Amino acid sequence: MAASTDAPSFQDMILRLHAYWSAHGCLILQPYDMRVGAGTFHTATTLRSLGPEPWNAAYVQPSRRPTDGRYGENPNRLQHYYQYQVIMKPSPPDFQALYLGSLAAIGIDPLLHDIRFVEDDWESPTLGAWGLGWEVWCDGMEVSQFTYFQQMGGFDCKPVAGELTYGLERLAMYIQGVDSVYDLRFNAAGVSYGEVFLENERQMSKWNFEVADTDTLFRGFAAAEAECRRAIEAGVPIAAYEQAIEASHLFNLLQARGVISVQERASYMGRVRDCARGSCEAYMAKYRDEWTARFPGWSA
Amino acid sequence: MDRTFSGVERMSADFLLELRSEEIPARMQAGARADLERLLRKDLAAAGLAPGSITVWSTPRRLALIAHDLPLATAAVSEELKGPRTSAPPQALEGFLRKTGLSADQLTDRDGVWFAVVEKPGRATIEVLAEAIPALIRAFPWPKSQRWGAASLSSESLRWVRPLSGIVALLGDQVVPCAVGDIVAGRETLGHRFHHQGAISIADAADYAPKLRAAQVIVDHAEREAIVREGAARAAAEAGLVLVEDDGLVVENAGLTEWPVPLLGRFDEEFLAVPPEVIQLTARINQKYFICTHPPRPGEGDHAQHGGGAAPHTKALANAFICTANIAAHDGGQAIIAGNRKVLAARLSDARFFWEQDQKIPLAEQAKKLSRITFHEKLGSLADKVARVADLAEALCAHIPGADPAEARLAAELCKADLVTEMVGEFPELQGLMGGYYARIEGLPDSVADAIRDHYKPVGQGDQVPTAPVSVAVALADKLDTLRGFFAIDEKPTGSKDPFALRRAALAVIRLITTNGLRMPLAEGELLAFFADRLKVQQREAGVRHDLIDAVFSLGGEHDLVRLLARVHALQAFVATDDGANLLAGYKRAANILKRESWDSLPQDHVPDPAEAALAEALAQATGQVDAALANEDFTAAMAALATLRAPIDAFFDSVTVNDADPHKRANRLGLLDQFRAAVHKVADFSRIEG
Repeated sequence: MAASTDAPSFQDMILRLHAYWSAHGCLILQPYDMRVGAGTFHTATTLRSLGPEPWNAAYVQPSRRPTDGRYGENPNRLQHYYQYQVIMKPSPPDFQALYLGSLAAIGIDPLLHDIRFVEDDWESPTLGAWGLGWEVWCDGMEVSQFTYFQQMGGFDCKPVAGELTYGLERLAMYIQGVDSVYDLRFNAAGVSYGEVFLENERQMSKWNFEVADTDTLFRGFAAAEAECRRAIEAGVPIAAYEQAIEASHLFNLLQARGVISVQERASYMGRVRDCARGSCEAYMAKYRDEWTARFPGWSA
Repeated sequence: MDRTFSGVERMSADFLLELRSEEIPARMQAGARADLERLLRKDLAAAGLAPGSITVWSTPRRLALIAHDLPLATAAVSEELKGPRTSAPPQALEGFLRKTGLSADQLTDRDGVWFAVVEKPGRATIEVLAEAIPALIRAFPWPKSQRWGAASLSSESLRWVRPLSGIVALLGDQVVPCAVGDIVAGRETLGHRFHHQGAISIADAADYAPKLRAAQVIVDHAEREAIVREGAARAAAEAGLVLVEDDGLVVENAGLTEWPVPLLGRFDEEFLAVPPEVIQLTARINQKYFICTHPPRPGEGDHAQHGGGAAPHTKALANAFICTANIAAHDGGQAIIAGNRKVLAARLSDARFFWEQDQKIPLAEQAKKLSRITFHEKLGSLADKVARVADLAEALCAHIPGADPAEARLAAELCKADLVTEMVGEFPELQGLMGGYYARIEGLPDSVADAIRDHYKPVGQGDQVPTAPVSVAVALADKLDTLRGFFAIDEKPTGSKDPFALRRAALAVIRLITTNGLRMPLAEGELLAFFADRLKVQQREAGVRHDLIDAVFSLGGEHDLVRLLARVHALQAFVATDDGANLLAGYKRAANILKRESWDSLPQDHVPDPAEAALAEALAQATGQVDAALANEDFTAAMAALATLRAPIDAFFDSVTVNDADPHKRANRLGLLDQFRAAVHKVADFSRIEG
């Protein structure tokens, strides 16, 4: 990328995306205050994509992938990074044009850079979800995921929600023309991404891979699973769902600690899936009658 | 019913249909074009409309069809209907008149039956199309489709491969009035996503492609493919390089672009230290780039650097890639090349990191990790499998000329080790190949490295069959172990289900054995029968009759494929001859009689008829010759010996009554036929031969 000095800083890019999506009718939400692997896990996407109510939201979600940690030594891989997430339900007819407008807002000229929509379907067995869409390429680099949700929690999406996920660091590296994530300009006053996060990556990689107490993690997993069931029975599916994402993250940490064998892996994933699906089912059950009454033509 | 078309001169026009959507996956476009043409042809045919010709095009954002010279109306049809008999009760006649809308004086009486001629007027084609288009869209067979937008509140809403955004439907210069979902057909479409703003109005079919071209969309996929193919070759040539041709990549890139612009970029030469297959795979699979080689130096010819199966580009891969942009960028593509170069560099540095990391750990160390990977819950870990394959490979060397048992064991013990390397973790397609590279770097003998590299072969039908002795031993052992294992735990393929690819494994074994002429016992029982089935399928393509394979297999006990096929080939040649066909007829006659009759052998107390005596003598002689020929595995000679029985058996049937009233004669003659059948069966079970 040629012009990098006038490119927005990391925080400016986020501010521009917020301004853009706010102007296009999205609520600007804050990150979910729990450890999750992707922006999709935020209740604003998972639970809100269920049911017939219109819903438009955008937010940044810190995303944790313990096994991707590289102790701050790899210029492209992080165990903690940011996703920018947009969810619009029903998916607007000009969703692609809106998305391209957001790229222009952060300084990508589509007659200078090659923007392409390349087939990439999305599936999350954990969430009982799938959708069709693309990965969006900019000069051969994947800068976003673009998905039309077809199912969530095992339920048909009625109506379909459109989801956009931008990998913020990667996009910023591209726009700023830097080769290492740690060299990103975080703001316009000379603070780098490395100054903010390098030490965090070192310590968290060490904790994820070497230090985290596995007995505590195993106990935490079992506790979250049990609590999820209790919350479902108590009719508080949002609370149940929080326990599902807790269990999911603890499972990821156990994976990073290398204490889950290949054979056990499928069984743990099944337990997380049961929690997540159970929460979605409870959420649907709780609002089904109300939605059926308010939205003629809708059925679960 | 008799239909005649009125011979009225009809006008015709071209019909244009464009279905515009969000980006259609490149891999689905060819199928969609074929489906669109097929469905429309069906609808036109059902209405009795015959277009002159049909053209179909696709881009990532549209499917288009032009039906040339479509009549503007369907033909008027006059149809003759058969009514009741003239003698039928009046109610029947009244009913017939109501049905046809005619009066009694318009009917004709033919041989006591009423006939009516009903005139059906022609229908405007535009009406036919207005009905057909929405139905066609709703029934379109996409491999995967989705719902979208506000209408998807109902699960009955329209489905398309990605959101459908517009329909152009023109017959001549008229819009075909139809709608599907909330999309109303019209004459407006869009040009290139970035190069053109606003709607384009299409006058008629002839206007379509030129208007789109002016809006930077080349709607003809074949033309875009040519641009990619020729543009990539030209870009390579201008850089003094040779394009590695890849037609799949041409089609894919043409399916991803409406205005393709091939651009050549360079990557750091240091990455060439990574094996060329890795670079090609990274470029192709992850980035859809072409790669280039250096042109051969004068006198260098077409020899590959490495022997055995190296792809042509391994000669001298150049540090260049060619990407296909979808825009004519205003800086000539410099920013696009720079961006793509960076993405490729990041991918290649990952690959180089894996390549270097993997070399730090000997394959023997890596192989230990296989005990953690389950091969199948009832067949143990991959390490267990490797141990079995090593034993088997070593043992098989007894049947493979030139195969060193120790080398075969070593190669087998290491053949799966690359599965736990970083590189194969990233690119599973490189299994085997990477093991071969790492083995060579460790200094293992070439025969061992080659065997590790090639032990999965042959994978598909066109794939090369290993011929190096150690490679053959390991390749064979790997597949035989898989087959024996899954048959032992009763996981056999059923119908279309073959989750462990056992059919492919069996076919690979057959090809390894036949290509290398290996003389070895193949299998027994059920597994042997499975091989027989695979063999029939495989040989059918080579023109060998399956019934002849049955005829040899049903003799039983034959588990030497090479010998079996030699016999089948000789048999096929024999039954095609006059002697063979007649002998087969004689055999069938004899077999039919023997099936019906039962007899006890009785001492001979009559003077045999001359034909009887001749057959007995011919049999004695032929049996000896057949035995000798079979002992030498000279099946052609065995068939020739059988052929000597043709004349005696024909003469026997012509002049001798088998079921003679004399029980001794009858028993002796039946006995002779039995001997004849037994002699034939030494060669093949002729009862299995058809015809």
